[in-house]
Amino acid sequence: MDIIRNNTRIDFMARRKIALIFSAVLILASIGSLVTRGLNFGLDFTGGTLIEISYPAAPDLVNVRGALDDAGYENFSVQTFGTSRDIVVRLPAEVAAEEGADVSTAALEALSSVDAGVEIRRVEFVGPQIGEELANQGGLALLYALAGILLYVSFRFQWRFAVGAVAALVHDVVIVLGMISLIQISFDLTVVAALLAVIGYSLNDTIVVYDRLRENFRVKRKGTARELTNLSINQMLSRTVMTSLTTLLVLIALFYFGGEIIHAFAYTLIVGVIVGTYSSIFVASTAALVLGVSKQDLMPVTKEGADQPDHEDLPARFRNN
Amino acid sequence: MNRYPAWKYILLTAVVAFGIIYALPNLFGDDPAVQVSSARGFELDPALQGVVEDVVDAEEIQVKTTEFSSDRLMLRVNSSEQQLALADALRDQLGDAYVVALNLAPATPDWLRAVSASPMVLGLDLQGGVHFLMEVDMDTARSQQLERFVDDIRNLLRDQSIRYRSVRADREALVAELRTAEDRQTAMAQISADLPELELETFDGGETFNIRATVRPEVMTELQQTALQQNITTLRNRVNELGVAEPIIQQQGADRIVVQLPGVQDTAEAKRILGATATLEYRAVDEQNDPFEAQRTGRVPPQSRLYQTREGEPILLSRRLIASGDNLTSASAGFDQQTGQPNVQVTLDAVGARRMFEFTSENVGNRMAVVFIEQRPETRIVDGEEVRETRRVEEVISVAVVREPFGRTFQTTGLGSAREASQLALLLRAGALAAPVEIIEERTVGPSLGADNIEQGFNSVIIGFCLVLVLMAIYYKVFGLVANLALTANLVLIIALLSMIGATLTLPGIAGIVLTVGMAVDANVLIFERIREELRLGNTPQAAIRAGYDKAFSTIADANVTTLIAALVLFMFGTGPVKGFAVTLSLGIVTSMFTAIFGTRGVVNLIYGGRKRVKSLAL
Repeated sequence: MDIIRNNTRIDFMARRKIALIFSAVLILASIGSLVTRGLNFGLDFTGGTLIEISYPAAPDLVNVRGALDDAGYENFSVQTFGTSRDIVVRLPAEVAAEEGADVSTAALEALSSVDAGVEIRRVEFVGPQIGEELANQGGLALLYALAGILLYVSFRFQWRFAVGAVAALVHDVVIVLGMISLIQISFDLTVVAALLAVIGYSLNDTIVVYDRLRENFRVKRKGTARELTNLSINQMLSRTVMTSLTTLLVLIALFYFGGEIIHAFAYTLIVGVIVGTYSSIFVASTAALVLGVSKQDLMPVTKEGADQPDHEDLPARFRNN
Repeated sequence: MNRYPAWKYILLTAVVAFGIIYALPNLFGDDPAVQVSSARGFELDPALQGVVEDVVDAEEIQVKTTEFSSDRLMLRVNSSEQQLALADALRDQLGDAYVVALNLAPATPDWLRAVSASPMVLGLDLQGGVHFLMEVDMDTARSQQLERFVDDIRNLLRDQSIRYRSVRADREALVAELRTAEDRQTAMAQISADLPELELETFDGGETFNIRATVRPEVMTELQQTALQQNITTLRNRVNELGVAEPIIQQQGADRIVVQLPGVQDTAEAKRILGATATLEYRAVDEQNDPFEAQRTGRVPPQSRLYQTREGEPILLSRRLIASGDNLTSASAGFDQQTGQPNVQVTLDAVGARRMFEFTSENVGNRMAVVFIEQRPETRIVDGEEVRETRRVEEVISVAVVREPFGRTFQTTGLGSAREASQLALLLRAGALAAPVEIIEERTVGPSLGADNIEQGFNSVIIGFCLVLVLMAIYYKVFGLVANLALTANLVLIIALLSMIGATLTLPGIAGIVLTVGMAVDANVLIFERIREELRLGNTPQAAIRAGYDKAFSTIADANVTTLIAALVLFMFGTGPVKGFAVTLSLGIVTSMFTAIFGTRGVVNLIYGGRKRVKSLAL
């Protein structure tokens, strides 16, 4: 059984203008959404208090708000979460800054005045000093991951490929962030983890195509760089689609059965896998081609410059001849 | 011919068998258990076992197994009724010195335990509990320390009859103003001899000759570390009050402490108890009156108070305070340089040192006691109303004879063992003036949410896993089934490794496992697609298999290394749950390389490798 026909000969490079326009539109829309709507930063980054409780019977939200009002809270939000019996209360960071961790205790007391049978599902309190730190760490983590990958790909392939791969990654991250901003899901630590997983995944896809490209450049006598790029993408198409499919299957399982807490995480990865698959076909290789990748760049024996490691120095298992 | 030598199969079988054995403990549930540990975090005395056995016999409870280690005694029982009955009986018998907690002990069979296989530890998000991140107020710790140096310098100058105008703390430094240049010179010499922790420099004020003293950076670092350790010790004592079975109290970074209390739901109570304070008092022993007499008649001399030693004997202590925890700068256990006996080295601040010297000079040969005082918050029900109050708990932790007059530093000897010395030092430090701590992060997960998380996590793994199995079987036929075998082995290996390294399983960790399942088949997809390609090129099936595996290898390695880089970065920067995701992802990548390449090749060789002529592959 084949999902992708054998020996496809789709001229991906001929469609690169359309792809370019498509990507540009997506990126602009993403940046637009990020600028106008912004990210809905979760508690991890803003600081504040979140209380999830379960009442024995669906409470009147007006009463819940009233109880918090009476307790002297302002600017809080009360929402149902999953079922109508489960309530999520969010208190702003300023309250936490003033009262410290006692705020969750006091708020819980107010909430149990609505109905004594209340059950605590989850309490999260993040002090203001933590939020900023986590935001910095998250940003740094993304940068370090990109830098590490740039280095590794330069070392294993060539700088043009590294630039192509990183271009594809930046493309993916911007679009995924745009999609997160578009539907305003809560941007918390698990989403940062998912973004890093997207980077890993998208790169995985890109590397596989590059690997074939390198092989074809070395083995095939005929064909221009453009023809060989096309050939490589076509040869790997069936694998690219199959792997994306299995990964998407488990992510959909996670999205539907993993529970509310894992929702944002699964959503980010689903979007990321789709965008990553697209970018490994249309963006990464195109970028390398546009930068002028040629057969000479990848010949294994000839010594190049400082940017091309001598393959003879590599351990045998890493050699590709 | 595609054949593996026998040793490769032996290796393969061994790894899979190893994986199964170490993953197996996760299938056996938990036994209800009762756990006994020291309320002060001390090592347990083996004699405790006898006491506990007596209680067990008296209650006629059948204990499945008893495990004794230096930090806890764990008794497994058959039912939760027996668990509660045993815990109540033990609490009555053992009293305040021990913490009796309900616990769940993994019901791992003995033969698995013999190879030290144990199940995964569940994170707080899966089993419910409280996570606190506390920050030690280092600014206060620093200014406390500076104030101590101010006192020290003042006393030093006074003792040496050097006239000074003022000594004060000025931001991060200390400034002493003296009247003449000669005074300053003597003062400099004195201070640098007595207080080597300080770095000195001179500068001239308008009419004064000044010294600016700064605390050496390494001393400051050590001080911060001490402040942190002191708080960790105090917190550990506090947490023991809560009777939590497996609390985690750890340093995080330079000034933070993580406190995790599995199973605790009453966070208000937990916060109150963590916020409790302790101090200690040095008092003279009243040698004139008979404590037993006072205890019997209830008539205590007016200048004294009746206390109890840890052995339960009465002792009369003077109401006059010599020094308190606020005056204690440090306490550490060590060995006496002359006798080699275990001792505790104590350092007091200037105020404490002066009072200690006054007392000891007049009382050589008399005894001095240390009282450890804790303010324990308690909640009682009075007339149906909750009443919160703090109870003052006092305990005499050390009684020693004053051998000679001493002041700032002295040592307590005559301790039974090195263990006793370290216990005393621990208590002294806990009672010293501590830098305040603040809770900067709280995450509580209720038991129902924890149970939901486990169920949902488990479901999504199973469903995702099955979907992938079906797709692979349909798409790659026999080869798909082989890949499925490898995928199953991969899952078993991940679980085995997580169990072995004692990793904590969290919800993001489960997500990592699910993601790994989806991505682990990638290696097989690459290999199988390559084999198909080789077949299309007209190669024989055997040659196609060989070429498929060989040519796909470097691609797989490259692709996985890059994912590992991302996982590694995640591990370095992530905290808590995100780290769990990174760990499962990385382990999954490594194990999948083994099962998807080495494992499937072995099985494929078994199926096709032996045949001389293979007409076609079911691929």
